[in-house]
Amino acid sequence: MELICPAGTPASLEAAVEAGADAVYCGFRDETNARNFPGLNFSRHELRKGIALAHRHGVKVLVAINTFARAGSFGLWQAAIDDAVAAGADALILADLATLDYAARHHPTQRLHVSVQAGAANPDAIRFYAESFGTRRVVLPRVLNVMEIASIVRESACETEVFVFGGLCVMEEGRCSLSSYATGQSPNMNGVCSPASHVAYTEREGQIVSTLGGFTINSFGKDEPAGYPTLCKGRFNTPKGSGYIFEEPVSLDAAVMLPALREAGVTALKIEGRQRGRAYIAGVVRSFRNILAALDEGHRAPISGLAAMAEGQASTVGAYRKGWR
Amino acid sequence: MPEPETTGLLAMPPRLPPWLSRAMEPLPLAPLQPALALMLACVGRSYPDLYDRLGEHAEKRFGVDPTDLPLAFVLEPRPGRPVARAVRTLPAGLDTCIRGPLAGLIGMAEGTLDGDALFFSRVLWVEGDVAASLALRNAIDDARIDFGKLLLGGFGPLGARLAEFIRVRMRARPVAGGSSWN
Repeated sequence: MELICPAGTPASLEAAVEAGADAVYCGFRDETNARNFPGLNFSRHELRKGIALAHRHGVKVLVAINTFARAGSFGLWQAAIDDAVAAGADALILADLATLDYAARHHPTQRLHVSVQAGAANPDAIRFYAESFGTRRVVLPRVLNVMEIASIVRESACETEVFVFGGLCVMEEGRCSLSSYATGQSPNMNGVCSPASHVAYTEREGQIVSTLGGFTINSFGKDEPAGYPTLCKGRFNTPKGSGYIFEEPVSLDAAVMLPALREAGVTALKIEGRQRGRAYIAGVVRSFRNILAALDEGHRAPISGLAAMAEGQASTVGAYRKGWR
Repeated sequence: MPEPETTGLLAMPPRLPPWLSRAMEPLPLAPLQPALALMLACVGRSYPDLYDRLGEHAEKRFGVDPTDLPLAFVLEPRPGRPVARAVRTLPAGLDTCIRGPLAGLIGMAEGTLDGDALFFSRVLWVEGDVAASLALRNAIDDARIDFGKLLLGGFGPLGARLAEFIRVRMRARPVAGGSSWN
């Protein structure tokens, strides 16, 4: 299985390459990708240099242009596609039908992947993308268990890529409007969930209180682990009690599921976290590279030991093992 | 089959011993100021891409507060006229402030520790303009600056030893196990 690793900066790309990535995914410094965060992402020049460096080490570069194009501004997405192809990207990761159509028509030999943002979670949807636009791979939403993934692999000609580590979203990838509701900006349209410009932390009665767009979303005691300041990770008061009603602040860590995912026929394993620093990239990529090497040699997967990197300092295998069913 | 091994990651930076902080308290800040100015000018010249990443946030006023040191730093990166100075306590009116133990701040700046992981574990905290802090973190992470040497170099040989001491201590700390949600 290929190891697909995140890079938010050229330094992170280099760290991922050194740590053993088979491919690195990254995006331009604008709203065309779903990690449009301050100080992050690549200029055109940086992308060309990054691709050259990766290729020298036999590593592929996948460019995420995975937001939904804004009406009247499609030129921004067209330029991103054209420039990524010209830079030598090994694949484009797209979600919007318009960007898929443009890329397929204007760059027919370019390898295209369906982004997780497209929410393609069944064989019919995946077949539609493959037949309409020639997509070669689909990044599966994090809503499927291993048996469902195996079923999709059997019924699809498309390669499959699944997330194995990093931040989790509520199970409406590409369709979530929580950030939009609170701030007017969303990962789907603006490339940023819960933008930092709308986040504030204040100390109140010994608690750290986080707000997003003026909404209080959480408060943490002195030594309580924290999560990202997103509405989906907020704690709310309801008539039935108080707590995390969407999801807990935990990270996905599917290291123990790797043998099952391989058995299911998955092509590639993806690590989330283009917004994270070099230390995260290097540590997580190296850890999963070691696990894959151990599995290849017939050993049991070593424990990843990545808890400190996890949101809320806690991990989950997510939907891969749906214990609630 | 052989037993699985744990592949640990370092994440929890140590705090400086209180005696060291107390020992530094009487040291005057004045000799540090020209060294800081020189350091910032050097960073500006050596890492021009850093300003590119900071963008509009280069004009902001940042507070950096090592919570285990008896001093803090005010940073104004402004291209062409950067300002950095050491202060006993951070002044009011800063755009943003990043607080945490010195080892955490240096580790994050040097890219040996992950800023989000430090935030999750409550080792590091941000007040004020979160976007500006994020831009600074990302810009510095990409620049790959030997921040410890630059930051503490103003203290001469003592600063260099302190930077090395912190670096060695950071390497020595194993991570604590986290919980599994399901």
